[in-house]
Amino acid sequence: MNTRVREVKGRELKDENQEMSGSSMLIQALARENVDTIFGYPGGAILPTYDEIYRTGIRHILSRHEQGAIHAAEGYARVSGKPGVCVVTSGPGATNVVTGIADAMIDSLPLVVVTGQVATSVIGTDAFQEADILGITMPITKHNFQARTVEDLPRIIREAFHIATTGRPGPVVIDLPKDVSIASGMFHYDDEPDLPGYQPTYTPNKLQIRKLAEAVTKAKRPVILSGAGILHAGASPELLEFVEQQQIPVASTLLGLGGFPGTHELALGMAGMHGTYAANMALHEADLLINIGARFDDRVTGNLEHFAPQATVAHIDVDPAEIGKIIETHIPVVGDAKEALRLLNEVNPKPGESVRWRMKVDEWQQEFPLWYKEGSEYIKPQKLTELVYEKTNGEAIITTDVGQHQMWAAQYYKFDHPNAWVTSGGLGTMGFGFPAAIGAQFAEPDRQVVAILGDAGFQMTMQELSILQELNLPVKVLLVNNASLGMVRQWQQLFYEERYSNSLFPIQPDFVKMAEAYDIKGYKITDENEVAGVLEEAFNYNGPVLIDCRVHEEENVYPMIAPGQGHHQMEGVKP
Amino acid sequence: MRRTITATVNNTTGVMNRITGLFARRHFNIESITVGMTENPEVSRMTFVVNVSDQRGLDQVIKQLNKQVDVLKVRDITDEAIVARELAMIKVMTVSGQRGEISDLIAPFRATVIDVGRESVTIQVTGDTPKVEALIDLLRPYGIKEMARTGITAFQRATKKSSDQTRYSIIN
Ligand SMILES: Cc1ncc(C[n+]2csc(CCOP(=O)(O)OP(=O)(O)O)c2C)c(N)n1
Ligand SMILES: [Mg+2]
Repeated sequence: MNTRVREVKGRELKDENQEMSGSSMLIQALARENVDTIFGYPGGAILPTYDEIYRTGIRHILSRHEQGAIHAAEGYARVSGKPGVCVVTSGPGATNVVTGIADAMIDSLPLVVVTGQVATSVIGTDAFQEADILGITMPITKHNFQARTVEDLPRIIREAFHIATTGRPGPVVIDLPKDVSIASGMFHYDDEPDLPGYQPTYTPNKLQIRKLAEAVTKAKRPVILSGAGILHAGASPELLEFVEQQQIPVASTLLGLGGFPGTHELALGMAGMHGTYAANMALHEADLLINIGARFDDRVTGNLEHFAPQATVAHIDVDPAEIGKIIETHIPVVGDAKEALRLLNEVNPKPGESVRWRMKVDEWQQEFPLWYKEGSEYIKPQKLTELVYEKTNGEAIITTDVGQHQMWAAQYYKFDHPNAWVTSGGLGTMGFGFPAAIGAQFAEPDRQVVAILGDAGFQMTMQELSILQELNLPVKVLLVNNASLGMVRQWQQLFYEERYSNSLFPIQPDFVKMAEAYDIKGYKITDENEVAGVLEEAFNYNGPVLIDCRVHEEENVYPMIAPGQGHHQMEGVKP
Repeated sequence: MRRTITATVNNTTGVMNRITGLFARRHFNIESITVGMTENPEVSRMTFVVNVSDQRGLDQVIKQLNKQVDVLKVRDITDEAIVARELAMIKVMTVSGQRGEISDLIAPFRATVIDVGRESVTIQVTGDTPKVEALIDLLRPYGIKEMARTGITAFQRATKKSSDQTRYSIIN
């Protein structure tokens, strides 16, 4: 562990094998885990830890609601690849992070969440601010712990970081009773945790790799489905090499965007409900489907009966439980995506005869690209997203909330690099995008971070504007304001005969004034001709900005696979 | 299909919760669970009888169990040479004249009468599930007042049948 930063910001790291309090152990352990930023919110049960934070000066970002802290930790983790750390108090502090924990679980983000807890002597008595956070988070964590004695604490913290960051990443909760954080014990921090029940498989079975290589050579219509596993494994270079060698087109999941260059000629864009025609048709017509690090989410597959009906299915995943969970898999490859692709590249199979297939895929791309009707008096949200892409040279870190704006961002922002795309995929958590942008900015202080948000989702966590103000954090907040819960409105229009139950905002706050109340530069755009100029100004400004962009309120996200339909049954494809 | 799965798990607080919670949220159909100590005080052994529709469903049960950090080892032992036992206590209505008849009836099962009341006797039987169920069927005409079954716990035999074929998941 000598290579790790042996410093708690400005203070000496304490030696091991000396007596210290539980809270001191926690901070010392965080330093050994190379943690430079904690996102959190204090309260009674966690006060001893906050005292230690004060004394050591380790960087702590105070959110204005615990949900803001946990989503910031997620954004930080997504962009940095390092575990996000979140510290909150017991009871309501802990329950306020539950949504973020569930979000990190389903999107496989490494988090270590420390929740304060009432003293061990009163656990189970319905004490003040007691909540059974261990029980509550059991199904939504990769693992969770309660430190019952101070002696156990260093081991638990080491195991928590190990579990959160290895194998398929995920959130780990450490429940820390107040008396345990005060008690003192001997601090010893092991390098190697001893977890016989947790042994992730990284190196794939060579036989399966050979089988996959043979299938590649035999395939006439191969396609790759690239998921977030590529990003977690850092496998983008290996994927690019494989694809260029084999000339296999790549469809991406929502979360996998950026794992393969979005502007590459073999990139088909996103697959699934609002995916491109080419990506979905390629999956539908393929005779070999190579899923790398995706989990066949229902938003990707559509109706399973129609999913990739002719394909031999190969699936590379570090989590064996994902293989065969949703669809029958013919070539299972358990292991790290980077390692699997490296081995595959080493085998370097002879490419299959798929020239005609590539011509067909090409044709789908040329004939049926993403499209929208231009030239109305309203600002088209698709156009807005394209301009964001243009004005950031495709190099920004983009976070989104959940809804129509999220789908437009996924469709129209072409990510050429990994870890620049931060969105809530599996859980679809409104309120995620803005605090996630704050976390992303801490992970990459020198990069442009743009939060593309819906007007509804922003209002779920907009209290975090306070952080931008306090730290002059240069996050650019772009509201794709359609004065509605756009995605809900779209479904009501399409499937509920335009009965717009509780999805339209009859009145909205003045977002510009609100920004100004936080000393943040605010813009309101209502005319399409202003968009480019305002974006340019905002992106060149070295400080936080909020842009309230009024877009066409009746715009819908297309193309679309309606619920229950297959990939070949897309609606709203370019005529 | 009905499968018998054993798992060794860390004997930590909440481990039972983790396992039953997993079964509940993944809609796994469990017929019985038993858990108890092993020769190692830090490790418990669980035996599940699960009902799955196909091999993929079975794979999921095994893999999801394996994913738990506190689960050390999972085996589907259905097709192996195993000894599987459960214990049942059955309270049967009796009139005084029937007691001898019941004693005769249960003798081949090596079941015993563990409690006698004025209107009932309680019988204890140990064995594999078919044996326990056979006895229950025989006792049913007398009127079963109450019954408690432990669910099975199972062990591989020391010597294996040569036809043995471990039904692991196809993966690794
Ligand atoms: C916490 C939460 N509540 C409800 C939903 C359901 N939902 C999905 S999209 C959406 C509308 C979002 O509206 P907005 O943020 O304005 O984005 P838009 O679709 O208009 O772009 C809702 C309510 C959700 N995803 N998350
Ligand atoms: Mg909206």
